[in-house]
Amino acid sequence: MKVLVAIKRVIDPYVKIRIKSDGSGVETNHVKMTMNPFCEIAVEEAIRLKEAGHADEVIVVSAGGIACQEQLRTALALGADRAIHINTTSIDTAPTDTDSCLEPLTVAKLLRSVMAIEQPGLVLLGKQSIDTDNNQVAQMLAAITQRPQGTFASKVVMEGNAVSVTREIDGGLESVKLILPAIISTDLRLNEPRYASLPNIMKAKRKPMDVKTPGELGVEIVLHQEVLEITSPPVRNPGVMVASVSELVDKLKNEAKVI
Amino acid sequence: MRNSTLSTLIVAEHDNQSLAAETLKTVSAAKSIGGEITMLVAGFQCQSVAREASTLNGVDNVMLADDEVYQHPLAENLSVLAADIGGDYSHILAAATTFGKNLMPRVAAMLDVGQLSDVIGIESEDIVIRPIYAGNALAKVKSTDPIKVLTIRSAAFDVAAAGGEPASITELDRVIPTEISEFAGQQIAETVRPELSAARVVISGGRGVGDKESFALIEKLADKLGGAIGASRAAVDAGFVSNDLQVGQTGKIVAPDLYIAVGISGAIQHLAGMKDSKVIVAINSDPDAPIFQIADYGLVGDLFEVVPELIEAL
Repeated sequence: MKVLVAIKRVIDPYVKIRIKSDGSGVETNHVKMTMNPFCEIAVEEAIRLKEAGHADEVIVVSAGGIACQEQLRTALALGADRAIHINTTSIDTAPTDTDSCLEPLTVAKLLRSVMAIEQPGLVLLGKQSIDTDNNQVAQMLAAITQRPQGTFASKVVMEGNAVSVTREIDGGLESVKLILPAIISTDLRLNEPRYASLPNIMKAKRKPMDVKTPGELGVEIVLHQEVLEITSPPVRNPGVMVASVSELVDKLKNEAKVI
Repeated sequence: MRNSTLSTLIVAEHDNQSLAAETLKTVSAAKSIGGEITMLVAGFQCQSVAREASTLNGVDNVMLADDEVYQHPLAENLSVLAADIGGDYSHILAAATTFGKNLMPRVAAMLDVGQLSDVIGIESEDIVIRPIYAGNALAKVKSTDPIKVLTIRSAAFDVAAAGGEPASITELDRVIPTEISEFAGQQIAETVRPELSAARVVISGGRGVGDKESFALIEKLADKLGGAIGASRAAVDAGFVSNDLQVGQTGKIVAPDLYIAVGISGAIQHLAGMKDSKVIVAINSDPDAPIFQIADYGLVGDLFEVVPELIEAL
């Protein structure tokens, strides 16, 4: 079985983002970028499935500008076998940057085309990317390929032609059994991603990386949404320092009235 | 103001007994769009849910799909039903809970439209406000789709009241079995503590708590206040608690009435998960810790002295 993992290049979660002064977006130039943390968990799970003998090959795929090849190389260094870069550089539909044309439905359609070529038994994605916070691509991909979905997975167990997925739901856990091929999105609890070793980073440079365009994959980019403005959230009122526990309890009871 | 071209379908979340609180808030969001509101209740032996939905102020119609195949909400069959019915509406809404997040993108993709996730404000029938970058920025987004699919962040809307003119209930006989997925079981946490993302009070511990054993102090304070327990990534990485308790950009995003951060310095990644809390209290021995910049009430001191004293005082 092949496992396909979709990854995204995002701003490092530990970076304090800056909103562009014209409200057109968030500054991504000269900002530290990284693989989306939930995608790291998806890559890790795919590699573990291979190590356990459930997968023969792990393919990583990412859509975006040339720079996302960096994150694909990271995934190769972690243990993926080969990479596919869907290069969106030539797309000129987006006013500011090429990545904003990559709405979740578009990414799902690109991944559907890759699935049609590669025929994976399992597709792993992060549950959401920490930039746009959409939490949509896995579900949309499952819908348009008419395959089952195991979203917010905290445990994945292969069972012959099916996969058992434990899902994190509000208030607890739920288990579903999905017939392969299936689409799984990863939650934080699924695993702890490994770090790439230096020899593996060197080896990753020689692993194959295919570059395709949306046109080659037969996907026409259609925009469904227009971002009118990006603003800062309202600023909190400055707080006060209290000198003692009794003063704190008094304020919480009588001023804030929360206890 | 009502506009006859607008019509909203709300996909109800329920446990076959009663509607989820988040669905009641979704009705408020739907009312701000305008137009008729229809609620789709799909489940098994869930007539009581349909009756409850029919009495909600603002709900004009209820559609009930009652069959064993809908007993547990599986996205594979529910999405077919919702997309089928939803094609006749201008808006399709559900709460941005794990139920709504699991289902709605599938519905949107079946209708070949985009989705607006976690909406916190509705400006007009096609323009919404939604947080991005874990709430560190707000995006005003216009949908150009013929059908708008939205998930609603329930914390941003009020609960719709009951007591309206009872709406009519239409029973549907469309049964869609799913052959590609199967419900296998459920474990609802049997904790006396409320669930982290829904709790009114959250007490979180960070690296400053020191070790796993000392986290009992945080638990004691949480129990005293009837709150849930959270943790910073540092506390999770150090093995004090399991990572499902992590509050932050990659963990849970919470917005309780009261958030008490104990021994947490306040890294950006953590703040992203809790900065929309109504009242934030920080207890830290370092007066320069960044957490004090967003805390409403800050107390500098040794948590091993302050927290027991606080438990005593409550």
